[in-house]
Amino acid sequence: MDADKSNSAPEDLKANEADTPSSKLARFPADEPLELDSGVKLGPWQIAYETYGELNADKSNAVVVCHALTGDQYAASTNPVTGKPGWWSLMVGPGKPIDTNHYFVICANVLGGCLGTTGPATINPETGKPYGLYLPVITIRDMVRSQARLVDYLGIDTLFGVIGGSMGGMQVLQWAASYPERVFAAVPIAAAARHTSQNIAFHEVGRQAIMADPNWRGGNYILEGVRPTKGLAVARMAAHVTYMSDESLHQKFGRNLQDREHLTFGFDADFQIESYLRHQGMTFVDRFDANSYLYVTRAMDYFDLANEFDGSLANAFKDTKTRFCVMSFTSDWLFPTSESRRVVKALNAAAANVSFVEIEADWGHDSFLLNVPEMFETINGFVTGAARARGLPAPGEEV
Amino acid sequence: MNLSPIQTKSGEIRGDHKVVASLVPVGSRVLDIGSEDGALLDLLVRERKVDGRGIELSQEGVNRCVARGLSVIQGDADTDLADYPDRAFDVAILSQTLQATREPKEVMSELLRIGKQVIVSIPNFAHWRNRAQVVFLGRMPVTKYLPYEWYDTPNIHFCSLRDFVDLCRELDANVEKAIALSGKGNKIPVNAPWWVWNLIAEQAVFLLKR
Repeated sequence: MDADKSNSAPEDLKANEADTPSSKLARFPADEPLELDSGVKLGPWQIAYETYGELNADKSNAVVVCHALTGDQYAASTNPVTGKPGWWSLMVGPGKPIDTNHYFVICANVLGGCLGTTGPATINPETGKPYGLYLPVITIRDMVRSQARLVDYLGIDTLFGVIGGSMGGMQVLQWAASYPERVFAAVPIAAAARHTSQNIAFHEVGRQAIMADPNWRGGNYILEGVRPTKGLAVARMAAHVTYMSDESLHQKFGRNLQDREHLTFGFDADFQIESYLRHQGMTFVDRFDANSYLYVTRAMDYFDLANEFDGSLANAFKDTKTRFCVMSFTSDWLFPTSESRRVVKALNAAAANVSFVEIEADWGHDSFLLNVPEMFETINGFVTGAARARGLPAPGEEV
Repeated sequence: MNLSPIQTKSGEIRGDHKVVASLVPVGSRVLDIGSEDGALLDLLVRERKVDGRGIELSQEGVNRCVARGLSVIQGDADTDLADYPDRAFDVAILSQTLQATREPKEVMSELLRIGKQVIVSIPNFAHWRNRAQVVFLGRMPVTKYLPYEWYDTPNIHFCSLRDFVDLCRELDANVEKAIALSGKGNKIPVNAPWWVWNLIAEQAVFLLKR
């Protein structure tokens, strides 16, 4: 089957976004390559980002927001592909916990992504064709390296804060470990210092779904004018289940039937949950690149911060001056509280300055993206305290 | 969880907190176990300029602490003290919490390991009012400062001041200072032998060293 014609408009838009994003863009020439964990020097390369708020005179109020697996740089502004509001508009904006009246917020598309930072859909300058699987495998540390280069490029030395949930939280931990002197405060939410076997297993299911789609074509689908939409949709459906909790699924859908009175004794979407998941899968393929999904899930799988430090997570934070606020959610079984506690334990062993709270919320892993007042209160308090310690005017005080 | 029966009007500093604060060296590294809403830790950060950390059991308590800019983790004195290295803090404080731990001796031993000095405040189960209720009424004591019934109390390991001093001896901890307090947390200005304090003090604050 060829690419669905009805998808062609967003496909084109997305293809353009991969090379010439609507957002801000920093390009690095071939003689300023990015050195990757795989040993490859990637160059030229580019990183697409958005900023919100104003950088103050002494450049001390910058906050890097790190996005999750399928997130993007549009944390607090409209996504040009979907037309939807920024994915963390509840957290970032004027008067929000990350208050853009006070802080200069930077959010970059991750390396390997598909909205403007170098990724598998980007044109490989050596061949004039999209990288596809010729892009080296990317790691979380590579993503953070690229962000550090962007921060250099913006002329900023020390960040006031780095914050993110899920894979964003992994990047926060990597930032704190790789550049301790450049991170004043770190907020990893619903995160972990390693991907567990179960996490890797779910990702492998998603990747196999993509690669089993005949339209994947060994990763060359863009050149061949097709898209592995079905495989990518199935990958998203399987992953989406892991972002929710049994409780939230039960509350939202129960065993309710979709637009029908009785079971059809067939394989249509009889149940609301089926219809919902199909919708999630179908809308996802309009905004995400299948090869990017392979690369970014792989980056998460490879993440095990302690590995870099002789197997000791505490060593990752040795002598750190960074203030940490670690947060987990009761119903999150994908990045459970035990993984956050593992991080807290290591931080305590390193005598680091750390706050930790497990927030009661029923919505599973996705809670960090949702309206959870206790999360906002905690972050608000932590950020205000950190601002005071940093000598920045906190929200509510003189600007 | 607020284990302490001592309630004050908002903004007012609790008497036992003042006593604890007076024992904490200025600028020291402090771990406060059982931070509740952060009132003591906040006092220590403001008045004694400490580098302070806290552990608190309840999400609500941790939220209130973090919201006032304190570094507090959600955790449990019985299980989470093991994570800290030896002598990680100048002062480890256990305020009105020991009686609610599952293994008070183990907790005390951990405190003495991670803190160069340890400050413990405890309610005195052997106060005369408590004794009187047991002896004359034949009932477990319920008083203004120990307001729980036996079946709903979080306080599972009560001791008297003398019992506590015995435990310190067993753990090789020197009692450097002991201050007897009334139920409201005011100092009892009496120089008296232990058995008197054990009768008239409703609570006490101990400064220990090993």
